[in-house]
Order: sequence, then structure tokens, then C-alpha cells
Amino acid sequence: MAEQSLSSLKIVEYGSFISAPYCTKLMADLGAEVIKVEEPGHGDESRRHGPFPDDVPHPERSGLFLYLNGNKLGVTLDARTPTGRKILRGLLEQADVFVESSSPRLMKELGLDYASLKETNPRLIVTSITAFGQTGPYSDYKGYALNTAGIGGQSLRTGESGREPLAPALSQSNYQSGAMGAAATMGALFARMSTGSGQQVDIAEAEVWATIHHGHGVHLGVFEGRKSMRAGHRTISVYPWAMLPCKDGYMCLIAIQGHQWKRFLEAMGSPEWMSDPRFKDRIVMAFEHADELDSLVEAWLIDHTKDEIFEMCRERQITFAPVRSVEEAARDPHFKERGYFVVMDRVAAGTLEYPGAPYKLSETPWQLSCPAPLLGEHNEEIYCGRLGYSGDELVKLREGGII
Amino acid sequence: MQGQGDKSNMVKYPLEGYRVVDFSWVWAGPLLGMILADMGAEVIKVETNKRLDSARLTPGRSTVGPETDFVFHSMNRNKLGITIDMSDPRGAALIKELVAISDVAVENFSPKGLRNLGLQYKVLSEVNPRLVMISLPAAGQQGPLSDIVTYAPSLGALCGYSSLIGYPGERVLGEQTPYLDVTSAIHGAFAVMAALYYRENSGKGQYIDMAQIDVGASVIGEAFMEYFMNGRVMGTEGNRNLTMAPHNNYPCLGEDRWVSIAVKSEEEWRSFCGAIGNPGWTQGAKFNDRFSRLRNQDELDRLVSAWTVERTNYEVMEILQGAGVAAAPCLDLTERFSDPHFESRDVHLQVDHPATGVDIIAGLPFKLSETPCEVRRPAPMLGEHNDYVLGELLSKTDEEIAQLIEDKVVY
Repeated sequence: MAEQSLSSLKIVEYGSFISAPYCTKLMADLGAEVIKVEEPGHGDESRRHGPFPDDVPHPERSGLFLYLNGNKLGVTLDARTPTGRKILRGLLEQADVFVESSSPRLMKELGLDYASLKETNPRLIVTSITAFGQTGPYSDYKGYALNTAGIGGQSLRTGESGREPLAPALSQSNYQSGAMGAAATMGALFARMSTGSGQQVDIAEAEVWATIHHGHGVHLGVFEGRKSMRAGHRTISVYPWAMLPCKDGYMCLIAIQGHQWKRFLEAMGSPEWMSDPRFKDRIVMAFEHADELDSLVEAWLIDHTKDEIFEMCRERQITFAPVRSVEEAARDPHFKERGYFVVMDRVAAGTLEYPGAPYKLSETPWQLSCPAPLLGEHNEEIYCGRLGYSGDELVKLREGGII
Repeated sequence: MQGQGDKSNMVKYPLEGYRVVDFSWVWAGPLLGMILADMGAEVIKVETNKRLDSARLTPGRSTVGPETDFVFHSMNRNKLGITIDMSDPRGAALIKELVAISDVAVENFSPKGLRNLGLQYKVLSEVNPRLVMISLPAAGQQGPLSDIVTYAPSLGALCGYSSLIGYPGERVLGEQTPYLDVTSAIHGAFAVMAALYYRENSGKGQYIDMAQIDVGASVIGEAFMEYFMNGRVMGTEGNRNLTMAPHNNYPCLGEDRWVSIAVKSEEEWRSFCGAIGNPGWTQGAKFNDRFSRLRNQDELDRLVSAWTVERTNYEVMEILQGAGVAAAPCLDLTERFSDPHFESRDVHLQVDHPATGVDIIAGLPFKLSETPCEVRRPAPMLGEHNDYVLGELLSKTDEEIAQLIEDKVVY
């Protein structure tokens, strides 16, 4: 097996659902050892989320859990009990990074806040991924992916004017904060190389939306009164910028440069309407004639399939792309040729394909080496092997509901 | 001079001492460079007047030339800027000299872009075997789509993501924002630092081939799992969630004002009912457990809307959060700017810029307790740091620099 970039790192994850697990997934997939701490009996929330094979709920068969937790070791532990906390602190003494996603108030109550943890392990990096961050008036507010996308500015950009704004599908907010958590943790690791000390990484999900995603245009709002716009299947800037139906689905038609649009008109056989004087200025077209233009273009699109149109566009260097369904994407030769989807066999879930590497590192490749852990699968290995508990003690801990 | 990785001195910022050559433009690459620059790396943005970064000239934003685009300023703060025509062999030679004393290179041209200039990884890694380089084109360096030309929303279209965006069961609206550009930037910054971390132990640089549509597929893993497990193809689901109801954006007082409300556990549901005054409908069998609420969510949404529409979005947040229920307003540009929480956390920053006076730009997307990062300098003017890079870093004489300018190699 090839060497991996982060093989030297030991990470403890005490999080649930997507944000913290995605953060540690990115690191585990590049070789870090991740010990995932789950609540005894229940485990990670994503175990109850699905999708499940044949729609039959089962904590060891949830697709979301399986996808997010490969390459990790799994232990169970009730951090709300004093003994549970003692064990967790034991794990953290041996760790480089602790990734958690509980409210700042709860972590303080449990004595697991950064100020307490650094006393026993000053080199520890604590990455806290929460909805609103560690400070500020909303820091103990609750926020799910829907809420952070709303306050962070993403939702008002999606949906039809006059109807409710749409948060992005499948809890994207959590992936954003998870990935930012992984990047910022790397920063803290570099700082530690010179300072010798750990620190707290504070990731506020609402803020990831409000800064790197949607903070760049705020100037225009403040000084020019610009508002966020949502215009359904279109963006109103130049025409075309739209998702339009064709014979077997939808096409994404965006031509920012005039020559791209011109070449598309030619490819359509230079329809008569293109010489209509109303359709000369593409900004005017976007603001005033978009509905009419959509129907004219759709009349042509509807006789052609996505693949036909895409091929035609690629030949002519027109920037239009098919809106692939999930099934089409899963079968797309692009992903096949890049070996994107990987196969993994796992107890209780069977052999499945999984989404794979978001990037290819030439010397230290992304790897899926082992499947997601069963609930408490590595209790013995970790508690006895690493922390020195005896078999008898382990039984007692289990009977006491602590692990 | 590769002080990079020299950790003998205490540093103020995490990536202090690392140098990044940033060839990238528009959104995805520059934002990757921004994260590295925010962390203290010396990021040198390579531009040329022959072909300006289009983010300097977005229609409707920069009416007076390439130095006043606030979005560009936000995405490129903390970077240095040089202007070099890489298509001139002498320009390409300067780039090689710079790469030789750098740690990281970032580029998001189409795959043939740097190859045509003779500046691809193979060449640059000979100049500097410790180099970590990332390319982040739409579809990677290899594969059947590698030659495609795209805009940000096309990425969402190609990876399956856009097919999920729309109201429940209705037509596809698709992702309209540069969502996947930003997502790629964050993933790319992580991958670069992971590779750099490895280099600190092994001494080996490497190449990262990141297809933006592969990143897009990675954040919708759930949909692929549904397909692989059950052969079922997810479609548009609006704000619906598999396990939560209420889970939507609800209308509030005012024009286009909305509040997001998400209720997960039974405890949260009871708190929600109490906070809105336990109206009779909350007691009925239609809503008294999660499965009933999910089944009857259209009716539930109407009833919740009737309560929210009489209040401001901030009032709804205060009332519900007071009861332990997740609620937050959907905020527009100016509302985010004046939100007290965002204000207390420096989510927006005011930075002096020589061409505009002052810009309001995005704050940092992360906070570090012991080595806090900050905006140290505004985005560079075109060629602002030519003298520093050519003179100090590459030891060119004033005469040599003058000649390079005259010959439009530095341009």
C-alpha cells in the first residue's frame, strides 16, 4: 500500500451526521488514523438517516453513514458520564486533533472545551464545527444545514422569485463546514510545527457561507443597494444563462461571450428569429425577453437529446453542458475512466460502490482501505490495546452503559 | 532561500514562510490561493495585461478599469501581484526561477494551458522537486471530458448535483451560483496542505490533479448511495428533508423576507408547539409524530406559514431559539452586513485599497485561537509587486527589469 500524506496523524472525532464526520473523512482518506466516538446504543445520527437497501432502516446499512465513515475506527462512549469523559480524555492525551460539533455550552459543561483540554494535552488541536461558532450572540443557537444556508446567504440565491428560497440539496452546508474544518485544521498543524502548541479551530457553518461563498459581493449591497436575486431556472445577467428542457432532460446553457451564443445559433441552423432587432443586445435579452427566447430555444432543444446537443456543442466549443441525473453521472465514462467510484465490501451492508477521490495526489494517493466501523467495533482494540483497560473492566463498562 | 518549512523561528501565521505561485484566475483557483494567503503564505498572483483575470472586469462592477472590482479585491486580498507574459520564453523562464524558490503552485487553466507554455508540472518539478502543485480544471487532466470549457454552473450540471435543485417534484432549476467553484477551492486548499505536510517529513513534492466535477460528486455521496443501493434516482426535493418536518423557509413580514425553521426531535417539536402558543392543530394526529408530520408536510407548512407571516424573521428566530428550536432568517447582502452576530465575528471587513479608498470584503472563513489570521494587505494592483519579486526575490538588476518591461515580458 502506498504511503499517505497524513499517516502520522491521530484524530479523535466526537461529532454526528455530516459536518465533523466529513471533516475527518477527508483526513482519514489521506491516511490519518481517525477514532470515531459514538454514543452507546444509538451511534451517529447518520446511521438512522439512510438511504437503506430496500428502504428497511438498519443502523449498519445507512448509505450516508457508510459513505462518510470509511477508513475510521469506531468506539462507543457516553461522554455524559464521568467515567466516559475520563476515557475520552485518555484518548485525547494520545491524539493530535480532536474534531467535535457540539454546542460550546455543552462542551463546557462536559469539561471538554478547549481551555480544559489543553491543560492535559497542550499540543492538541481542537476543531469545533458548529452552526454559529464559539463566540457571538448566536453561539449557542441551534442551526441545521437549512438554517445556516439561510442566514449565510445561499438560499436567497436559489428558487423562483416570489416563492420560498431553496437551501441546497442534501445538507450541503455541513459539507462546506466539514471541508473548511479540514483545511483550517491543516493550518493549525503547520502552526504547531513551529509553536509546539495546539489551538482551537473555530468553524462557524453560517460564516463559511457568509464569507468565502457569499461575502465577496457585500460591498455592492451596502454601497449600491444591490439585492440577492433568484430567478428560477435562470440567472439574469446575459442571455442565455438558463437550465432548459430538451428531449430527455435538461441542458445548462450559459454563454457569457457573444461568440459562444453566435455559434449556437448557427448550430441550430440560424433560425429566422435571430435577426429580430429585439434580440441583439444580450443584456436586454436577459432582462426583457428571456421567456420568449426560452420558448424559441426550447422548440429546437426538445427535438434533441442531451448527448446530441453536448456533442454538437463540444465540437463547436460552445460552453453548454447536460444536466446529468445521478444515474447518468454514476455511469458517465468520465468517472469510470478516472476510477472515481470504488467498491467496498462490508458486514451487514454487502458489496457496494462508493463515491471516491475528489483529488488525485501523485505520490500519496487517496485510498479507501477499510469500510465504516460497526457500532463499537474497535472498543477492545482501542480501550484495551491503547488505554490499557482489562477485559473484565471492558465488560463492566459495557454493562454500565458507558461504552 | 527556500525558507519554506524553516520552522526555527516562531511564526505569527500558520503558513508563514511558505511561498505560493498562483497562476489561477476567475473564482475557484483564486479562492484556493486566498485560503493559503489568509493563513499567512506569501501568495504571488501571476497576471498579464495581455489577458486580464476576468474577475477584474465583471460587467456591472468595474466601470472604470481593472482596479475597482470589489469581488476581485475580496478574493485576492493578502496576495502579491506580478505581471508576466508567460507566452514569451523569457517570461516562462522568469516563472521557472520563481517556482524554484517556491513551495506551491496553483493553476486552473484548461489542461492544455500550461502545457502549451511549457510550464506543466513535469517541467516545474524538475526545476523544484519539492514543489506541491495543484491543477483544478473542470474535469481533470485526463478523461473523456478533460477538454471541456465550462462556467461554474456547468460543473453542477455534469456531476449530477444540479439535477437535485428545484421545488419538490418540479422542473430542474439547477445551481445558479459558483457553488462548486468555492467547494473545490476549499477541498483543494486542504489537499495542498496535506501534500505539503507530507513533504515536511518526506522531502517529496507532488502533483494534485483535482477535477472540480469529482469534488461535486463527493458532496452528493448520499444520492449516489441511494442509486447504488436501490437503483433509485433522486430528483428535485426543494427544502424537504428525509427526517425533519417542519423543514422549510417560511414567509415573514416585509417584502421577500423568509425564516428557516428545522425541527428534528420530538423534544424540539414540543418546544416548537409551545413557542407558538400550542394552537389546536398541533395536537392533532396529523402531526403528533415525525412520520405523520413528514406525510402531512404540505399542510404543516401552510399552518406554520400562517404563524410566521405575522412576524419579522428576526422575531421568529428569537422566539424559537429561546425555546431551543433551530430557526434563522434568510439574509440578503446588506442584512448580513448589519447582523449583530456576523458583526461581532468580523464576517465582513473594511480594507483600504489605493484605487477605491475602502472596500468591504469577506472576512476569513475560519478562526484560529492562538495564531489568529487577518487581512494583512488589500488585493494587488496589476504588477504592484513586480519590483519586489523580480528585484528582491529573483535578484534582477534595475536595468534588467527595465528591459523586461520595455520588451513587454513584464506586462
